[in-house]
Amino acid sequence: MHAAVVVFPGSNCDRDLAVAFEAAGAKVSKVWHKDTEIPQGVDIIGIPGGFSFGDYLRCGAIAAKSPICGSVAAHAQRGGYVLGICNGFQVLTETGLLPGVLLRNAGLKYICKTVGLKVETSASAYTEGYNAGDTVNIPIAHHDGNYFADDETIARLQGEDRVAFTYTETPNGAKADIAGILSDNRRVLGLMPHPERAADADHGGTDGQALFRALTGALSAPVT
Amino acid sequence: MQEPAITPDLIASHGLSPDEYARILQIVGREPSFTELGIFSAMWNEHCSYKSSKKWLRTLPTTGPQVICGPGENAGVVDIGDGQAVVFKMESHNHPSYIEPYQGAATGMGGILRDVFTMGARPVAAMNSLSFGEPSHPKTRQLVNGVVEGIGGYGNCFGVPTVGGEVRFDPAYNGNCLVNAFAAGLADADKIFYSAASGVGMPVVYLGAKTGRDGVGGATMASAEFDDTIEEKRPTVQVGDPFTEKRLMEATLELMQTGAVISIQDMGAAGLTCSAVEMGDKGNLGVRLDLENVPVREEAMTAYEMMLSESQERMLMVLRPELETEAKAVFDKWDLDFAIVGETVAEDRFLVLYNGEVKADLPLKTLAGTAPEYDRPWVETPCAPPLAEVPAVDPIDGLRALITSPNYAAKEWVYTQYDTMVMADTVRIPGIGAGIIRVHGTDKALAFTSDVTPRYVKANPVEGGKQAVAEAYRNLSAVGAKPLATTDNLNFGNPEKPEIMGQFVGAIKGIGEAVAALDMPIVSGNVSLYNETDGAAILPTPTIGAVGLIDSLEGIIGCDVRDGHVALVLGETTGHLGQSALLAEVYNRIEGDAPPVDLALEKAHGDFIRANRAHIKACTDLSDGGLALAAFEMAEAAGVGLCLEAGDTATLFGEDQGRYLIACNFDQAEALMIAANTAGVTLQTVGKFTGDTVWLGHASAPLAELSATFRESFANAVA
Repeated sequence: MHAAVVVFPGSNCDRDLAVAFEAAGAKVSKVWHKDTEIPQGVDIIGIPGGFSFGDYLRCGAIAAKSPICGSVAAHAQRGGYVLGICNGFQVLTETGLLPGVLLRNAGLKYICKTVGLKVETSASAYTEGYNAGDTVNIPIAHHDGNYFADDETIARLQGEDRVAFTYTETPNGAKADIAGILSDNRRVLGLMPHPERAADADHGGTDGQALFRALTGALSAPVT
Repeated sequence: MQEPAITPDLIASHGLSPDEYARILQIVGREPSFTELGIFSAMWNEHCSYKSSKKWLRTLPTTGPQVICGPGENAGVVDIGDGQAVVFKMESHNHPSYIEPYQGAATGMGGILRDVFTMGARPVAAMNSLSFGEPSHPKTRQLVNGVVEGIGGYGNCFGVPTVGGEVRFDPAYNGNCLVNAFAAGLADADKIFYSAASGVGMPVVYLGAKTGRDGVGGATMASAEFDDTIEEKRPTVQVGDPFTEKRLMEATLELMQTGAVISIQDMGAAGLTCSAVEMGDKGNLGVRLDLENVPVREEAMTAYEMMLSESQERMLMVLRPELETEAKAVFDKWDLDFAIVGETVAEDRFLVLYNGEVKADLPLKTLAGTAPEYDRPWVETPCAPPLAEVPAVDPIDGLRALITSPNYAAKEWVYTQYDTMVMADTVRIPGIGAGIIRVHGTDKALAFTSDVTPRYVKANPVEGGKQAVAEAYRNLSAVGAKPLATTDNLNFGNPEKPEIMGQFVGAIKGIGEAVAALDMPIVSGNVSLYNETDGAAILPTPTIGAVGLIDSLEGIIGCDVRDGHVALVLGETTGHLGQSALLAEVYNRIEGDAPPVDLALEKAHGDFIRANRAHIKACTDLSDGGLALAAFEMAEAAGVGLCLEAGDTATLFGEDQGRYLIACNFDQAEALMIAANTAGVTLQTVGKFTGDTVWLGHASAPLAELSATFRESFANAVA
């Protein structure tokens, strides 16, 4: 599997994501936000956590307009895989690749801690290493992770089995406890928790490893 | 624009005494220009010149085989083996944080991070030591919320994990909170960058964010006492932009790899003035600045404002001219300003031109080197009268009083607002004892702690100074680390008062003795004086930040308490209650002497812990709150009950130094007993971890109930 990790000037989890991809056996290329093309042969694009452009006002809004995001959208539209974590999830909603928006946390404070997540579906390349209904412990670290969409959208996401993860106890006020969602072709995943911070026994536990391993397994076969 | 005339009022408003002005006249040989007066005030204020403290700072041990660079540069540099170095420093941002808590604390983080990456190190860990007034004081809540959010807002965006710190409350900080920020970075030991300029005619380059009017005169403000006009000083607080800082860090580290950097200095207090003078002074060169080339973000800025602005996220560099194109390309990539604003000159001269007009023309060496230095009169702190009898307390009531106080309650409300895990190398997040990060890509780890018990320092500056270092040593030892070196952030009141100066002199003596005995030299630090409001001083607060090395991840002593584990105490318990947490929180009595510190014993006990770490499942040092609080915290973290045999107040709550609490299984306890016998150290079984109840002697309470109190009290008090 060949993964590209997009680097915005304020990304700060790009190395962490690259390390987690590599640990699962992937080849990783970093892609600068001013680039306009994704390297040849990339199976998945990772959009990492951080504060892409400072994000003082609307998280991910400026990043969504950066040159590389056109190529990310084109990759997704071709059926390519895109994984957006934390700020990456915010960027994916701002580009319109995923529905909804991430509001300020209900408690108005930044929260960094390990939380319980329920795996809602194992039917995706990201989650097939888990069983639906599993509870996993994965860290969150965000100020704006309060997922919101209108009722119709939430119902559609739930009806189409596109909610990938929910919080066992919502830390941020997210509607329907949503922590991560899939695109309609199930190849784009956006989630607020950081699986790359739970992919190493010496740091944050290992509950996130299954996501990276499943991806590498699924994407090492030719994409159809 | 007409510049103001130099009048006695103008001189006084620059924080310069009549004697100091007379000296300026002598140096310049004429009346200084307005800009020159500003430059002198920037260089000679307490914050930048250390004029009251220098004499005493010189007495501190600063060398050792592990020290690559001691005090005097942007941060200290210490060898961690394998060609790598840890670069660290702690610095205060007290005055700005009191005036404008969010921005004051945020820019405190910004400043300390810059100090670290200016040396060529990527920041990998941060801590902060915070002291606030009593929780019921009308200003405290706003300060706590603003400061914590400011630190988080800056550090989280920048992308450095916060791995430790302290928060305390005492009425002595009502009018003057303390915000001490620590940062550490990693670098290759042979790729450290320094500030000394070299070569004549080399371009002086301005990097980073544009200059505005924010922070003009900030360092002078930070060198004065507060009174009720403090709100008027709000405009002297700078505004932070962590996104720019993050880019500045990436660009600076990338620039260093091009080989274009001869020397580099961050623009901190007194901005352009201090950085230019320092680079010239250290390199024995003069500097010429052409201010029209300085990137500005406000219109019609004067030379005076540009020279004194403390706008954040800026650096000054001396560039290898042949690599200008490569260097500029790096800053273009990161969309940051890169402007040649002057050059190094052969003669001893600090020449500041604005559109060709001379705004300042001063002898640089004299400006840097002849800042006044004072041998302030001081009096020894009198011995504390002996402690009157302390009535016995029901042990559970005593424990409950401690964990209900925000001083000893869990600090989760604070540290969950900080990103503690970014960079994915955090081995231990804040909570109990030292924070730990892995050295990226290796099997080594670094441990960090920040400690001081201001009550002790006030009662007995020498023992209190020693104790701060000893506690840091113990916190590092308790996780299996070998303490390497120390940074000190010395916060005191007005040094012109002999009793305050006496506290300073005493604390330095204690710190010096302790770092020498425990082999953890001071490699960087900062002094913050005049922490007084309306004549009332803070508690003397010499914050000690220390770093330890763990040679393999396997050597880390974890926090793995299980039901059935034995509780052991290493070190002698005599039940010292003077200046204890119990006395303060239960009886509201601030009395007695600080506990004495036996440095040889500290060393022996730290060595014992390290040598026997394989037998230890969990370990914590005993500090304020004594055995009862430490054992409760350990049990609470594991979710296991506790049964301590002792029920008497002095044994449970005494604060004798040099002690550790150890948890392990029965076989390991036996092995430790034998080892203790051989090593000649005191090791005693004090109880065990078991069940779901906390037993202190014959008193008990459910763990769950105490745990809820412990976790909720902080937010209840200040959120």
